Amino acid sequence: MTRICSILFAVLAAAFVLIPCLAEAAGGGNVDMLVVVADSRLVSSPITLFFLNVYNTDPTMFGVWCVILTAIFGCVLGLIADFVMGRTGLDLTSRELIEH
Amino acid sequence: MDWLYMYMPIAGVTIFWPGMVLIGFSVGVIGGFFGMGGAWMVTPGLNILGFPMAFAIGTDMAHMAGKSMISTMRHAKFGNVDYKLGLTMIVGTVIGIELGARIVMWLEFIGQVGPVVRWVYVVVLALIALTVFTDYMKAVQKKKAGIVGEHGAEGHTWYKTFHKINIPPIVHFKVAGITCSMWLPIIVSFITGILTGFLGIGGGLIRMPSLVYLVGVPTHIAVGTDLFEIIISGLYGTLTYGSKGRIEIWGVFVMLAGAAVGAQIGTVATKYAKGFGIRIAFGISVVACMISVILKQFHFDLSATVVILGAIGAISLYIVMIMVTGAAKELRQKKERERAAA
Repeated sequence: MTRICSILFAVLAAAFVLIPCLAEAAGGGNVDMLVVVADSRLVSSPITLFFLNVYNTDPTMFGVWCVILTAIFGCVLGLIADFVMGRTGLDLTSRELIEH
Repeated sequence: MDWLYMYMPIAGVTIFWPGMVLIGFSVGVIGGFFGMGGAWMVTPGLNILGFPMAFAIGTDMAHMAGKSMISTMRHAKFGNVDYKLGLTMIVGTVIGIELGARIVMWLEFIGQVGPVVRWVYVVVLALIALTVFTDYMKAVQKKKAGIVGEHGAEGHTWYKTFHKINIPPIVHFKVAGITCSMWLPIIVSFITGILTGFLGIGGGLIRMPSLVYLVGVPTHIAVGTDLFEIIISGLYGTLTYGSKGRIEIWGVFVMLAGAAVGAQIGTVATKYAKGFGIRIAFGISVVACMISVILKQFHFDLSATVVILGAIGAISLYIVMIMVTGAAKELRQKKERERAAA
């Protein structure tokens, strides 16, 4: 039974990797995506300009940057908020109410 | 008053940024309390503030992933996160989101994304609200009739029927305390994934009640597990929408600043709230969102703004009150115990 579960898990993991690729390969028919170009003339900050250039020239890399920045920002803010909440003196490891 | 407005270079719009911080805070409170990304409030909220719909969806997806990280860290310490269940649901969610995102891109191309997404929102929200309120009414009737289970009176028990489906492998989810076919959470997550990608919502709006009513997970654990899964689905949606060029990253940071505070408050408030209390408040917020989306569809934009922002504000205030009164009571009891021990 354990062996069957392991094999099934491996198949599902492969499906997780392969099926989105198959969906991409199947294509979306003849639909062309609308192209939006960010206007970098209105921006002076070098950091903003960098990301606008990435956005305009390499959408995939921009997507990767979005994931990285969101994850970093979320983790950092979570740790800070966690620390601050921990200083309140509340018991943050258990709750009394247990019901459906 | 120019300093109150911030230019969003990718979306090409100028936005009232305190509104975004407030939306981030309120949705953080509500999301941490109900176990969702809050996208169903953020997406129309951003659209109302001035973001084009596709950008509202994408930006919200990224904000939701970050905010869910913050909430999950807190819920995990309460023991509210079933990682095994969350990881099991990822397969269906990821495939569903990609399918939903492709549908949105096609609708954007034919110029119908706004109206279609809004009407589908309305139908989905109506069904969810109906489920929640009938569940509560049924539980009250059972309690009056004396039909009370181990964890109190239950309303809808559809999950008991689904648990009888014996398609292997049968898996036991220890934290959630349920045993069922592994395909049940995968299929539920696939359907919620499509709606996630299509509506630009975190899926928590649909996945949290699905976990409770269809999979049979206790409410508090459904909240925490759902938030964990939203991290994964939110990051995947961020990649999808980011590579399609529909994320305003500066907007994400602005909202996360408010959400960081709100998410902690909302999560801690679940400690002091009963399961049914969480679900009723959830139902009320769903109705408010539905009304707002209908008003927007008929071009009553100001009324829609008032309804959604008013509802978000009122519900988040209610949750903050729960948290503050509960925390005050706990600290008072702690002091009395320490005094008695001394």
